[in-house]
Amino acid sequence: MSLLSVSDLQTHFIFHDIDNQLREACALNKVNLTLNRGEVLGIVGETGAGKSLTAQSICGLLRPPARIVGGSVNFDGRELLSLPSEELNAIRGADIAMVVQNPRSSLDPLTRIGEQLVRIHQTHSGGPIDKSKQKAMEMMQAVGIPDPEGRFTAWPHELSGGMAQRVLIAMALMNDPKLLIADEPTTGLDVTVQAQILDLLKNLVARFDMASMIITHDLGIVAHYCDEVAVMFAGEIIEQGPVREVFLSPAHPYTQQLLAATPERLHLGSKNQLGGQPPDLFNLPTGCLSQDRCELATSACRGEPPIVQITAGHTARCHFAKPRRKSTKLRRNLKNG
Amino acid sequence: MGEVILEARNLVKRFPIGRSGSFVNAVNGVNLSIQKGEVLGMVGESGSGKSTIGRTLLRLTEPTSGQILFDGQDITSLSDKHVRPLRKNMQMVFQDPWSALNPRMKIGDLISEPMRIHLDISRSECKDRTEMLAQRVRLSTDFLNRTPSALSGGQLQRVCIARAIATNPKLIILDEPTSSLDLSVRAGILELLQELRVETEAGFLFISHDLGTIKLVSDRIAVLYLGHVVEEVPKDKLFSNPSHPYSQSLLSAHLPSDPDANLQRLTLQGEIPSPINLPPGCSFHTRCPVAVPECKSTRPKTEEISPMHMASCLRLRDGGNIIPRDTK
Repeated sequence: MSLLSVSDLQTHFIFHDIDNQLREACALNKVNLTLNRGEVLGIVGETGAGKSLTAQSICGLLRPPARIVGGSVNFDGRELLSLPSEELNAIRGADIAMVVQNPRSSLDPLTRIGEQLVRIHQTHSGGPIDKSKQKAMEMMQAVGIPDPEGRFTAWPHELSGGMAQRVLIAMALMNDPKLLIADEPTTGLDVTVQAQILDLLKNLVARFDMASMIITHDLGIVAHYCDEVAVMFAGEIIEQGPVREVFLSPAHPYTQQLLAATPERLHLGSKNQLGGQPPDLFNLPTGCLSQDRCELATSACRGEPPIVQITAGHTARCHFAKPRRKSTKLRRNLKNG
Repeated sequence: MGEVILEARNLVKRFPIGRSGSFVNAVNGVNLSIQKGEVLGMVGESGSGKSTIGRTLLRLTEPTSGQILFDGQDITSLSDKHVRPLRKNMQMVFQDPWSALNPRMKIGDLISEPMRIHLDISRSECKDRTEMLAQRVRLSTDFLNRTPSALSGGQLQRVCIARAIATNPKLIILDEPTSSLDLSVRAGILELLQELRVETEAGFLFISHDLGTIKLVSDRIAVLYLGHVVEEVPKDKLFSNPSHPYSQSLLSAHLPSDPDANLQRLTLQGEIPSPINLPPGCSFHTRCPVAVPECKSTRPKTEEISPMHMASCLRLRDGGNIIPRDTK
């Protein structure tokens, strides 16, 4: 039984436009994913692919006009989408913790660091204040904040970006979560600090037996810190599987394009056509959503693409994906790059 | 190769903080040169002074001291009036194309603007050239009558590049031109830059914090730390044989998107010190795993390790500059 299983999750933005006509942007189109304990899942995709929206939908953090119109989110045996908001509040911040992209704007600027940590523990776990304080110290130590006693009374503006991100991770860990969602945890941090934060996240997942979901657009992070990867395009997970397998033998043409665009594999001077616009979310094409950007696309792509099992645990949503074929060719390409 | 387009000697830029009398030491004595047809890559963490150097070289910010030679001419103390005509030969592409373009101007006007300012050409010729430039950067000419809001980030960055090459400059400074773009869009821009580099024979300064991109485009790479160039080296040597401890740890923190790549982690402790109170001696000694007591007091000189390969580290002499691979 997996810790988190999302099936056919659909989130749409539904609103009236300036002419009072009902408009509907299909931002998430049947997202399916599963996550087991002790696993780190990386979600990659370009801007607007629905990476962050997936995380927000799972946590129930959507604000109108975004609305979940279908699907289910099963977390630890409970269906999150039908829970009343009080029960959801008890899960959020306790069993599911989230670390967001911009650490500075996520901390209350008028409350000392220690107090913010204690407060989240008091809200969910209760108990004597001293115990919460002790826990806060432990967590600050765990995330590698030097001099936790001194930092306990620090204000958020006194922290650097890397330190603020550590505080946020410490805050997420206060109630021993089962699932840690990190939305672009290191964007905006320097590479040397990024390495520290990611090492830390990976160690913590192993130490506390959590599951973690890392949302990023940096394939380097996925390659080295995740066990599983899910590639999103236009609100769909088009390929999912173990990191090594997906990177070495990507089955979906979009994944192949994405990997070919990484600096390591990019050969300047070759005339491969890359990029292009994602499909219009108000007016999605029928069938495969990436057909306009795909070299292989034929009339068959107008039909709903099947989810093909490439190998056990590696799936791709494409008419042309075949169980195990392209692996040998891609391995060779990699070596040349 | 050989003809030096731009040379900076001992460039210093300090920004005063209010009336407190203290300064942000953004650039501290930088020497660099860019030759014709060459791409000099510049990497460093945020706050290392990359962008400030780029802007100072074009006199968009005034240097505190030092010398900038452009095409053999000392432009450090030229008045604005005299610098402006020189801008025809030096152009810049900024990180954020959304804020670099006037949202109320049409794309065609934006592209032709540098030509109208710097070149004495007829209106019809200007129009022809604008269309040629748009095609050159693979932008549909349908866009010429639209405003920037109708274009995506990658297309806007193409507009910025078209503007930069409009007057056939001898020097183009690219300040993180691809950091705000998606991976697949970024690849297209990099490909375009590569073509232009061969075509224009201009000198390029490519500023980025992404080692993967820098590796792809540059001939030589300057590694910056706290406003100092700590190492300047031909591309291949930096990736195979980095000398400065900071370059070594920077490279080890880089994550190539290949799960089989062998990572040797040399994680640095702590973070970059404040540029307001620079550490004495070597600016890197506070985080350097191989620092010796001497590093705290003596500022290392730039030494030539091999031809074209320069580094500033006190431990180069006794060979202790290589961080041992086993220690963390």
